[in-house]
Amino acid sequence: MKMKFQKKELTLIVSISAEVDHHIAEECREKIEKELDKFQGKSIIFDFSDVTFMDSSGIGMVIGRYKYTLAQGGRTAIVCRNEKVKQIFQLSALFQLIPCYDTIGEALKYTNQEGFLNEI
Amino acid sequence: MKYDNEMTLQIASKSQNEAFARVAVAAFVSQLNPTVSEIADIKTAVSEAVTNAIIHGYDQKEDIVEVFCGYCGDIVYIEVRDNGRGIEDIMQARQPLYTSKPEMERSGMGFTVMETFMDELNVESQLGIGTKVRMTKKIKCDSDL
Ligand SMILES: Nc1ncnc2c1ncn2[C@@H]1O[C@H](COP(=O)(O)OP(=O)(O)O)[C@@H](O)[C@H]1O
Ligand SMILES: [Mg+2]
Repeated sequence: MKMKFQKKELTLIVSISAEVDHHIAEECREKIEKELDKFQGKSIIFDFSDVTFMDSSGIGMVIGRYKYTLAQGGRTAIVCRNEKVKQIFQLSALFQLIPCYDTIGEALKYTNQEGFLNEI
Repeated sequence: MKYDNEMTLQIASKSQNEAFARVAVAAFVSQLNPTVSEIADIKTAVSEAVTNAIIHGYDQKEDIVEVFCGYCGDIVYIEVRDNGRGIEDIMQARQPLYTSKPEMERSGMGFTVMETFMDELNVESQLGIGTKVRMTKKIKCDSDL
């Protein structure tokens, strides 16, 4: 499992390279929580570009962090092109709350959106 | 039931064995030349069932999870068994979004994922005795496509 954190304005980009199951999701959650403690931002992007497998544990991990961004007045987005991984999110209707993009660039437009930053 | 081929895994109920169980089943099933998509479906379903045995069945206590996989022609049978706490209300447990462990960030989508990715899902459970999750999937051999 590999994780990378990047900060872009108010967004923390969490890039995960792993098969996200219950075991890995717990590890990711701990690392993200530590990072959020230091982070002065509001929004999160889950970059799942290198996630080759995910089960429903991934849904819980994303929703848990989405609640954090809501409390901060921020947004959460997912970057994913793997059809199976997307299908898992679709089953839970998650994309209605947390949009999914093909690239980090598009996701950043949503999480760091100018109009949106002016509102808050 | 006679299978053309079968295997049974007995694994400790440790979360690091979730990956091992699904990869082992995928390797076994690959004898049938499944498509990449079919293998992904099977791996996901096994991952869900084994995870449930570990976190719900055994409440993360150390015990043994059994994973059976067999095939007959192009039909794959998978059974995941635990001797854990059992499920009181199976209908409720199978509802999308129902979870008894929201504090663990469970989404309640495990059974829904198994149902969606496999052709059949059958759950048998007795309180205090354990749970058996049985799934089947027909493999449309790669060579036929
Ligand atoms: N092997 C099992 N032993 C006991 N209870 C189980 C088992 N599998 C599932 N359950 C129950 O069914 C519920 C729904 O399971 P599932 O759909 O996988 O969602 P989740 O794992 O996210 O809670 C669980 O929350 C649990 O109460
Ligand atoms: Mg589950």
